[in-house]
Order: sequence, then structure tokens, then C-alpha cells
Amino acid sequence: MGALKSTPAPIEHHDLSEKTGFSLRQIRVLHKRFKQLSEGDDVLRREDFLGISSLKYNPIRKEIIEAFFNRRNFSPSCEGRANEIDFEEFLVVMSHFKPPCSKMTDEQRKNIRREKLKFIFNMHDSDGDGLITLEDYRHVVEELLSRSGALGKETSRAIADAAMFEVARTVGHRDPDEFYEGITFEHFLKLLSNFDIESRMNIRFLKTDVIPGCRLG
Amino acid sequence: VTALVTMAPRGRSGLGRSLAELGLLLLAILVLLDGTVQSLEAATSSEIDTHEGKPGTHKNTSKKSFPVLGIKYEDVSVPFEIALWVLLASLMKLGFHLIPRLSNVVPESCLLISVGLLVGGILKLARDEVPPVLSDRIFFLCLLPPIILDAGYFLPIRPFVENIGTILMFAVVGTLWNAFFVGGLIYAVCQIAQDKYSEIDLSNIGILPCLLFGSIISAVDPVAVLAVFEEIHINELLHILVFGESLLNDAVTVVLYHLFEEFMESGSVSAVDALLGLVSFLIVALGGVLVGAFYGILAAFTSRFTSHTRVIEPLFVFLYSYMAYLSAEVFHLSGIMSLIACGAVMRPYVEANISHKSHTTIKYFLKMWSSVSETLIFIFLGVATVEGEHHWNWVFLTSTVILCLVARVIGVVGLTFIINKFRIVKLTTKDQFIIAYGGLRGAIAFSLGFILHSEHKRIFLTAIITVIFFTVFVQGMTIKPLVELLAVKKKHEAKRSINEEIHTRFLDHLLTGIEDICGHYGHHHWKNKLNRFNKKYVKKILIAGDRSKEPQLIAFYHKLEMKNAIQMVESGGGSKLNSTFPSTVSMQNIQPKIHSPPSARPSERALPQLTKGREEEIRQILRTNLQKTRQRLQSYNRHTLVVDPDEEGFDDLILKKRRMMELDWKLKQMTNYLTVPRPQGSPTMSRARMASDSQAYVKPGAENVPTIKIDLASPQSPDSVRLLDEVVQDQGLTMSLPSSSSRAYKTSGKDDGRDQQKLLRCLSDPGPDVDDDEDYDDDEPVPT
Repeated sequence: MGALKSTPAPIEHHDLSEKTGFSLRQIRVLHKRFKQLSEGDDVLRREDFLGISSLKYNPIRKEIIEAFFNRRNFSPSCEGRANEIDFEEFLVVMSHFKPPCSKMTDEQRKNIRREKLKFIFNMHDSDGDGLITLEDYRHVVEELLSRSGALGKETSRAIADAAMFEVARTVGHRDPDEFYEGITFEHFLKLLSNFDIESRMNIRFLKTDVIPGCRLG
Repeated sequence: VTALVTMAPRGRSGLGRSLAELGLLLLAILVLLDGTVQSLEAATSSEIDTHEGKPGTHKNTSKKSFPVLGIKYEDVSVPFEIALWVLLASLMKLGFHLIPRLSNVVPESCLLISVGLLVGGILKLARDEVPPVLSDRIFFLCLLPPIILDAGYFLPIRPFVENIGTILMFAVVGTLWNAFFVGGLIYAVCQIAQDKYSEIDLSNIGILPCLLFGSIISAVDPVAVLAVFEEIHINELLHILVFGESLLNDAVTVVLYHLFEEFMESGSVSAVDALLGLVSFLIVALGGVLVGAFYGILAAFTSRFTSHTRVIEPLFVFLYSYMAYLSAEVFHLSGIMSLIACGAVMRPYVEANISHKSHTTIKYFLKMWSSVSETLIFIFLGVATVEGEHHWNWVFLTSTVILCLVARVIGVVGLTFIINKFRIVKLTTKDQFIIAYGGLRGAIAFSLGFILHSEHKRIFLTAIITVIFFTVFVQGMTIKPLVELLAVKKKHEAKRSINEEIHTRFLDHLLTGIEDICGHYGHHHWKNKLNRFNKKYVKKILIAGDRSKEPQLIAFYHKLEMKNAIQMVESGGGSKLNSTFPSTVSMQNIQPKIHSPPSARPSERALPQLTKGREEEIRQILRTNLQKTRQRLQSYNRHTLVVDPDEEGFDDLILKKRRMMELDWKLKQMTNYLTVPRPQGSPTMSRARMASDSQAYVKPGAENVPTIKIDLASPQSPDSVRLLDEVVQDQGLTMSLPSSSSRAYKTSGKDDGRDQQKLLRCLSDPGPDVDDDEDYDDDEPVPT
């Protein structure tokens, strides 16, 4: 700790800390990791992620890597994809995995939930049109089962179809004439209303309770 | 005795046949019988004595006439009495649940203890002395293992492991704190309180006996916790915290107990002994777990080869678990932890290997034994209370109770303060209150006290019984209204949806990936590593056939679909379409949007255009049926097992077969339901199939439409279902049932309009009961 204190943190780090809610120490650590991944560069590219060996076994690694380059995760108004990201955007994506603070109002909890679910929604919605179509969902399930060999192919289609139908049913699909295009974000929220994502989707490493007064980025 | 006998008939005639009276009457009869046979036992034994006393004279006297009817009780006395007790316990259980109001207010454990008191009292009056029925050997070797095995086998692994740190803290540190606090302060109280009127000199009780007493009484009891918490249905987190603590503190209790006993014998304590105690604790705990895991793996490995001898599969599970328990007890390791480890380790592999029926058998047997055990334990507790000699010392008793409560509260609050620093989901004050309040003591404490070899045994025993009674009665009865009052989160009883399951898996992989990107080896990383190791090596060894390759998501889905299919068959098919059925209209609409010119669109949707009114009707029916199937409970309790659709009587299917056939022909074009395309030889499906003959199914040709098939595992002959071939021409989902080609129903030549009408009529059909009204004339007669 003492060694870190001796070198003053760059001004950007302070700003980033404000923006994302991480502590200065965490930003330092993540910055080091960023530099390690990008091999000294200022920006990260997709190839840099592919170099992480332990990601090799992950069935959804493509989606995870894509999530880092998805502009919609940087801020709600952005669109499209980036080809390279800088440290700030890296941090913003990471901030989706902050553990919840101990004291939260219901409003804050709802916002955090929305944020995290939006992240996952963006991961499913590969073409970025704001809807998860049947094809998208099938792709998700196929990827999840991709490690199980031939057993998975047809079953994953069936599972995705069943899941999709369940969504349609859950959201009270009223109008029979209307094509059920896909799951919108609102439907997605409703679908996972029983899923306590705010306590499950976080990495302990990124706890922010060290700051007095939690910032909810 | 005679008074009771004369009372009985009067009661019967006077108060009619209410079941409660019947129960009490049965109780009286049983008790009398028990008393009678025991006096008979005394009588026959005395007869034998006299018989043996004069053999010679008997020979000389005239030959006795052949005994037509004789009583030879002592040969069967032990099993007879055991059976009688078990029967009594079961009848009591039966009786309680026939009186609904009583079982809502008073938890079962209280009622059972009361019955035990009653029985003990009657026996004492009848015979002036009660045989000690709760010997510790019976308790530890026969009554306790089924309950623990039941708990361990069905332990929800995921919440348990997620909260293992908290549970260990409460179990180890909490119990130690309780033991020393209570032991130390009771010693202080004994020294201070000099009661001139009491015959017991409290100040005689040394510090070591007090600490021993403290260690006995400080442990939260799994039996009592299970009995009470089962009925209050609190949320999973609290349940697993208190319950897990009660299971794991056994190791601490065992070590402390032996430690203090040794110290008492040797008379002196040194620092080395304390250190040895610590080492002993680690050995006891870890050793127990290792023994259990070893037997668990043996059981899993054995189950791999049982495909030809399905009948004895459950036996292996029970035997290996019991061996694990006994082996641990041999080495003074923690038997409870061994049993839990055995059950938890063997379960995933054994369940993959054994047949469906064996699985059901294991479940039912475990529940039955643990239920009976629990009942017996509480009854015996009541009886033993009446039986024992008690030394009443109000100072000792009240201070014990108060100290226990205080120690528990301080312990929980203090530990939570520390634990919350490390938890993501913090424990609120309400949670802490429930954890503290749920710290019930029970029969384990009593048994440990029973086998004490101390001069102060009786006063300790009295105090233990007092604490047990207090916790079970007062805390047990009031916890339910308190839970309501504090609005503690209850157990979430929703059906586990496929979407949630998908996202659980998705989240696991996502978090592991993020941890890898961070370069941080968090617990997701290690969990992932363990899973991969499990999949790659362990499953291949322990699971037979290609079940080892089936990922969890698919297994989950197969189970879900299986249950839905069976429910559909049971509900008579037809208009009672089941939960996972897409109504044709909506499933049609979920199709991938094919970018075709608008003119081509109508041809894709060849289904009839329903008017809004009809659509509403259809939806209403579907909705009511959906709601019915959604009530599948995730929780279980001792009295009502999970309503497992695949266990319901399949005899009903025969009755419904006819009905289904009648409805089927009406819905020839309508019925759709989800199926899972079974790749040839999918182990789950073939394992889950009830019929021994495999059913082939035909997949209709339509490629661009998401056709989903189900393989209906009907236990009856394939006659009950038919292949509806004609729907192939339709777009939209089709149901292909296992074919019995002789019954294929042809509809060629019907025009669309009539089919539409039929469709609507069928869907507005409220149920099979009303089908008498339907007219069959305009169609072919129902094939019978």
C-alpha cells in the first residue's frame, strides 16, 4: 500500500473513479491488467482478448469479448461496435460487475438491476436492433451447449424454442395477429423478475465498499 | 388399568365416531397392550422359574393335556415392543394431521413430546416403573442416521456451498462461544448461589463439569431445527444457514465432549492438551468428511454397474451411507458429517445411474424412515422426561435457560458483524433474529447428557431437558407467528423456468470469463476448474454409459418436458392443453421473420383466423390450465412429498385412455405440444421411460418451421396414442405421437371450414366431463 501511495495517481484516474465508482486502488490494478493485455498499447483489440488462455474453455467467450466492444455498453445512447477500446471504456464495462452496496434504496436497486440486465440483453442481441429474436436465442443456447458435442445441436434448438415460447407466454402475448418479433428489453426484465441478478452478477474483486459512501456509477 | 378399560367403551359410545376420539382410544389400547404384555412377560418369566425349579416333580405328575393355546411372549418381546412403539408413533402422526387446526398452531414436535409425556405418565402409573426406552445406543445407531441421511442426500448443494463460510463460522466459532460462555457463567452462578434449602450443593460442581455441560447444551440440534423449520417455509438462505450450522456443529460438539470428559478423568488441564484439542477438532471434522466422501464414491461406483439388478439399487445407497456413519463412529470421528458428505457426494452420480423407480424408492424410504425416526425421538423424549429422576434446582435451571438465550443472541450478533464484512448479500437484523431464535436444542443434547458419567448427571439432565422443552415449546410455537409478524421473506415457490436455468448457466460462464479477463482467480474460476475436472475424469468413471456426457441444462430440460408430457397425458389430453404447449397461433408468430414479399405472408400462416372472441375463450382455457400446472412446489416437507406427476397412479391412465381417445379424434388438427427431439439413445429419456418397449417416433418433414417433438413415454401400450399423420401438410407445430400405425386416423377429404368449427368447439370444450353434450354424429364414430 505504501508503495502505491508514493506515486500520485494521474488526474484521469480520479475522473474515472468519479465516473465508474471504483476506488483508486482498484483502478490502478485494472490499469495494470489493461496494460498487460494490450501489451503496452493504449487500446485493446479483440486479438488481445483471445490471448487469455483460461478463456479458451469458456463456451461463450465470443460473446464476452464482443460485450467489451459493444458501444451500447459504454453508454445508453451509443450504437454500433468499436474495434478497439481504451481504458475508460474497459472500466465502464467492468463496472457492470460491481457488487451491490449494503445500503440501497429500492430505486437504486432497480436501476442496478436494469443496468445489469441490459448488459446481458446486449450480449444476447447480437445484431443490435433491440430485440432478441428466436435466432439470437437459439444461438445463445447452442453456444452454451457447444461443449457437449452432437447431443446438443437439435436439443438446443428445442430448448431455445421452449424458452422463447415461455417468454411469449409470460409477457402476456395478447394480439394473435401480431408477429412476436422478439424479446424486447422490457419483456426481458419481466421474464427475469424472479432472478436476483443484483446479488449474483458481480465479481468480489471489484467491491466498492472501500469508498465512504457508495458511488453507484 | 381396569379404570381405563371401563372408560374406553363409555367414551366410544358417548362421543360418537370423531376421529380424534378414535385416535385417543387407539392410543389407550396400545398403551394398555404394552403394559399388559410387559406384565405378561414378567408372568411368563416367573412361570419358567418355577418350571425349572421342579423338573423332577413335573415328570412324575400326570401328563398335561396338549396346550391348544399358549402364550410365549419372551421370544418375540423385543421386536413386538419395537413394532408397537413405531405403530404408536405413526398413529400419532396420523392423528395430528386429521386435526388441521391443531397442526397449524402447534408444531408437530411439541405435540409429539406431549404424547410422549402422556404415554410415559400412563406407563408409570400402570406399572410403577418405566423401562428406559431411549437408550443412547438406540438413539445414535438407529434413530439419528435416517434423519441425517435424509437431510444430507437432499441437501441443496448450491446454496450450501455458496454460504459455507458463514455456516462454518456459526457452527464452529458460534458453538465454541456458546459452550464457554454458558459453561463458565454457570460455574460462576453455582459458586455464587448458595441455596440453603436445596439438597444439592451447587458449589460442588467444578469448572470442568460445568464446561462439559456447556458443551452439551450449546449445540443446535438438526432434528429439532428440521422439525420446526419445515413448517414455517422461510426463505432458502436462512433455512440453509440454520440447518447447515446444526449439521456442522456436530464435529465441535464431539470434540468438546470428549475433550472435557478426558480432562475430567485425568483431573488436570495443560496447554498441550488444549492444542491437542484443536488438532483433534480438525481430524474429527476432516476425517469425518473424508470417510463419508470415500463411501460416497464407492456407492457411486457401485451404482454404475447396477443396470441389471435394479431392484437392489436403493439398498446400496442406504448401506454405504450407514457404513459411512458407523465407520466414522468407530474412530470417534463426526458421524453426522460423514453421513452428510456421503450423501452429498454420491447423489449426482448415483442419480445419473439408477433407474427412475429406484430414485423414487430411495426418496420415499428416506422420507419415511426419517419421519418415523423423528416422531419416535420426540415421543421418547417425553417418556424419558417422566421416567428420570429429577433434581430440581430453580437457580440452576433458570440461569441455564437464560444463559443459553443470551449466549445465542450475543453469539449471532457478534458473528454477523464480522461475517457481513465478507458477504455480498448481507444479513439483516431480521435475518439475525431468526437465526438466533432458531437455535433449538433437541434430542442429541439429551442423549449426550444421558451417557454422562458424572456425579452431577441428574441435575445436568434436568437442566438439559428444561432447555429442550423451552426451546421446542416456546420458541417452536412462537417462531411461526413471529415470522409472519416480521414479514420475513418466505420460500420462493415459483416453478423453475427454463429461462432462469439458461441464465443461471449463462451467468456462471460469464462471471468465470470476466474473472479470467481480470486475471483474478476468484471462486468462479475455481468452481469452473472443479466442474471441468469433474466432467473430464470423475463423471467418466462413476457414471455409466453416455449419461456422463449430458450437460446439466439438457438434463434439466428433459426432466421438465417429461413431467409436462406426463401431466398432459394424465389430464386427459385434448382440451386441457398443458403448460409448455404453445397455442398454435402464438408459436406460429414466434417463427423467425422470413423476409418474403407481403403477398407470400398469408400462405405461411395457414391456420384458421380466429375471431377475437374465440381467441379469448381459447386463451382463458389455456390460462387456467397453465395455472394448474404451475403450482409445482419446489419445496418439500415431511408430510407431503412433492407432487411428482410421474409418480401419480398410472392406473388412472387406463381410465383416461378411453376419454383421450374420444377427444383425440376431435382435435385431430389442433393438438400441438412441445417435444424434445430425442437423438437416438438419449440416456435421460430412455431412462425416464416407464415402459420397457422403446417407442419410435417419426419426425414430420417440415423444415423451416420449428417443429418440436415429444416422445411420450407411456407405460401403457402404444394403443393409447396415435400418430396424427395428416397434420404434416399444415404449417405450424405438429404433434407426432409414438405411432401405432393401425390407429392412424385419416382425415383426408375434410374441408377446412368444418375443421375450423371443430377446432373451435373443441377448444371451448370445458372438459371431458361435459363431452356427453358433444354430438359425434357428423363424424366417424369413435374408434374404441
